[in-house]
Amino acid sequence: MAAINVNGKALETDAAPDTPLLWVLRDHLGLTGTKFGCGAALCGACTVHIDGEPARSCQVALADVGARKITTIEGLSTDRSHVVQKAWLELDVPQCGYCQSGQLMSAAALLAQNPSPTDADIDAAMAGNICRCGTYGRIRKAVHRAAELLKKENA
Amino acid sequence: MNAEAHSLTHNTRRDFLKLGVLAGGGLVLGIGLVGCSKPAALGAGGQPVAWLRIAGDNSITVLVDKSEMGQGVYTALTQLLAEELGVTLEAIRVEAAPVGAVYTNNLLGAQITGGSTSVRDGWEKLRKAGAQARSMLIQAAATQWGVAPDTLKVDAGSVVNGRKRLTFGELAEAAAKLPVPTEVTLKPAKEFTLVGKPAKRIDTASKLDGSAIYGIDVKLPGMLHGAFAQCPTLGGKLASFDATAAKTMPGVKDVVGTDNGVVVVADHYWQAQKALGAVNIQWNAGSNAALDNEAIRARLKKASSRAGRAARNDGNAAAALKSAAKVVRATYELPMLAHATLEPQCCTADVRADAADVYAPTQTQTIAQATAAAVAGLKPEQVNIHTTMLGGGFGRRLEVDFIAAAIVASKAVGKPVKVIWSREQDMTHDTYRPPAFDTVAAGFDATGKLTAWKLDLTGPSITARMFPPVVATAIDPFAIEAATNYPYDVPNVAVNYNREEVGVDVGYWRSVSHALNCFVAECFMDELASAAGKDPYEFRAALLAKQPRFKRVLDEAASRAGWGKAPAGHHQGIALMEGYGTYMAQVVEISMKDGALTVHRITCAVDCGQMVNPNIVDQQVEGSILFGLTAALWGDITLERGQVQQRNFDTYRMLRLPEAPRIDVHLLESSEAPGGIGEPGTAVVGPALANAIFAATGKRLRSLPIAKQGIKTA
Repeated sequence: MAAINVNGKALETDAAPDTPLLWVLRDHLGLTGTKFGCGAALCGACTVHIDGEPARSCQVALADVGARKITTIEGLSTDRSHVVQKAWLELDVPQCGYCQSGQLMSAAALLAQNPSPTDADIDAAMAGNICRCGTYGRIRKAVHRAAELLKKENA
Repeated sequence: MNAEAHSLTHNTRRDFLKLGVLAGGGLVLGIGLVGCSKPAALGAGGQPVAWLRIAGDNSITVLVDKSEMGQGVYTALTQLLAEELGVTLEAIRVEAAPVGAVYTNNLLGAQITGGSTSVRDGWEKLRKAGAQARSMLIQAAATQWGVAPDTLKVDAGSVVNGRKRLTFGELAEAAAKLPVPTEVTLKPAKEFTLVGKPAKRIDTASKLDGSAIYGIDVKLPGMLHGAFAQCPTLGGKLASFDATAAKTMPGVKDVVGTDNGVVVVADHYWQAQKALGAVNIQWNAGSNAALDNEAIRARLKKASSRAGRAARNDGNAAAALKSAAKVVRATYELPMLAHATLEPQCCTADVRADAADVYAPTQTQTIAQATAAAVAGLKPEQVNIHTTMLGGGFGRRLEVDFIAAAIVASKAVGKPVKVIWSREQDMTHDTYRPPAFDTVAAGFDATGKLTAWKLDLTGPSITARMFPPVVATAIDPFAIEAATNYPYDVPNVAVNYNREEVGVDVGYWRSVSHALNCFVAECFMDELASAAGKDPYEFRAALLAKQPRFKRVLDEAASRAGWGKAPAGHHQGIALMEGYGTYMAQVVEISMKDGALTVHRITCAVDCGQMVNPNIVDQQVEGSILFGLTAALWGDITLERGQVQQRNFDTYRMLRLPEAPRIDVHLLESSEAPGGIGEPGTAVVGPALANAIFAATGKRLRSLPIAKQGIKTA
């Protein structure tokens, strides 16, 4: 059994050490909000936070996680109250929604580092997340909106 | 349909409202629900099925018959029903309907979500269901109060009489015992409070916290996981396999052969995926072992010299071309494309001796059920189809090729099994958008008037494989879209179609043949404008005097885009189309620097008739444009030795956020019948972009993708 810290909880898993974090989360821990899209860090659907940094969980072996803290979409907030979730809801961003867990995790990591991102900052932070439905226009607006909400929260 | 109120008098058995009892003990009012406890227990073949349930606790559940794949049907179809029922969207819970004949899509003849038909199919059906329920609730209240029903009205989930109110939940039991009204009057459009309003989607919240359940997320007690490998050669079969080593690997429960592949079943997916690599598989490549793109192209080119079957014939285009003062000719070729839904193909099956439950992100419950039953050796009515959220559809999930492996595996191990395709399996085993080899010719008379248009289409037929009876005597209707409805005022028009199979299965890809034929027609119209020395917008507009809906979107797009007034160094292209009852024009504005293309802005004018939800229409237009833009820039599936060379998003490129241009969508007010909106945008952007590149460079693009035509796309 390996210890793993997910969404603030100390958990144990019997997954083999070489199992990608993505499949540990989805199959062993039942957290299916993190999605499988490509298995090659090309689409961003599996994005989670490792110690607050965005990471493609399909490329991180369980053995390499160690004591670092994992945050998934289920742990971004308990009640959809994170500013990116509020902004995404306000702008009705998702279509099929399959990529949106990853989009939200990338956007949340961006705002944690840079609370007032420019369009160029958004381009750089979000380029790794494919949306096949083409919600990019609304994603861009929602990141800006989330930054506004963040300012209000911090005011 | 016009905007006037109208009465519906037709009534069939399936429309009857009957009483049912919820498993939890509450009473339900279900249209068509005859004494059954819950719809999930109902089968196919004309069995009674519910559209909605109203329980004693006032909870209202709408069963949506169409699959939610991002296009917003859970919201839009619910809006239609809620409009007549007299409740807000917030008051409603949505459930995926089971499979059943009552859910047959009247436009497609089976339970299918596709062809941008959902609103058109549901426009009357769901409002009628809501109106029937409302009428019965009012009647129940009228009886209780001893007043005439026409003195009562509904308001926010209650029947109201002055200051007295009875909630729908309080009335549900009594209402459900009443006869079904044989005639209901639907609201006139001017009284709509929900339909036509940009309501927020009801599925959004579940897509922001990981709680929405897609096919890949299904969990069942005792469920095992399957990884799947198919013959690398398209159309090839499994010859034999040796799983001795794989079976010793951790977690592996079984290794099972299917018709064309091998499934490894394990406790967890990653175990199955790893063990799959340890199975020694022998394939039978079959007849495609030497197939490549050159062979496909040669086959289509040769076939294109045949006369073809006439799909439209006005006047005498051949004679008009012979006598024309000036003739312009061109050949266009278009590539195969993958759907590349972000959720890879997947399916969960629980097959038992006398029944099966199949959990699938499917666009067609009818065919999924028939396929699952055939593979499981059961009768269709023994198979329940549970439709999950779809992580993208785009036509890919009209196929049922992702179902068999789960059925075979579950049957073998006697437990539920979820099979997930890797991205590589998904990319290399799609049913690709058909390739095309099309020739087109047009003639001008001595005065410069366009007198002849002759379009000869050549390609493989999707419908011949999917729905053979449709093409038994007729041309595949999904091969000649955006071709036979050529709108321009030309006296001699001929459109011919040559069906030529290419050895691989082709599939319905968002906008289907619209994307092929609109590209040819609208790029060639641009060539003709150029040949006539006219502005591409003016040239089109002059030929659309008899086509007010085309003319209106063309004018609107041109005016909103500032046609002819692009900033220095920027260039514009224009294109239009009618498809799915929707009229659309787009202007694409680009610049070229050192041979590299930048798309700055896309302006789109849309007349899709009456809208249910402009917010969702706007989403669909934006998304469908980017889907088409992705394909126009990079989409190209190539074969070597019958094997698809693109395996993941590194070689099958997707548009990303920094590359997404500004899109301005202009939705035009219209009282016309609703049109489909999921697909037209995909077809129109390609030709508008190619025409803009001509305006910038003088180079005509007669094939795609643009990145392979000597143009840098960054």
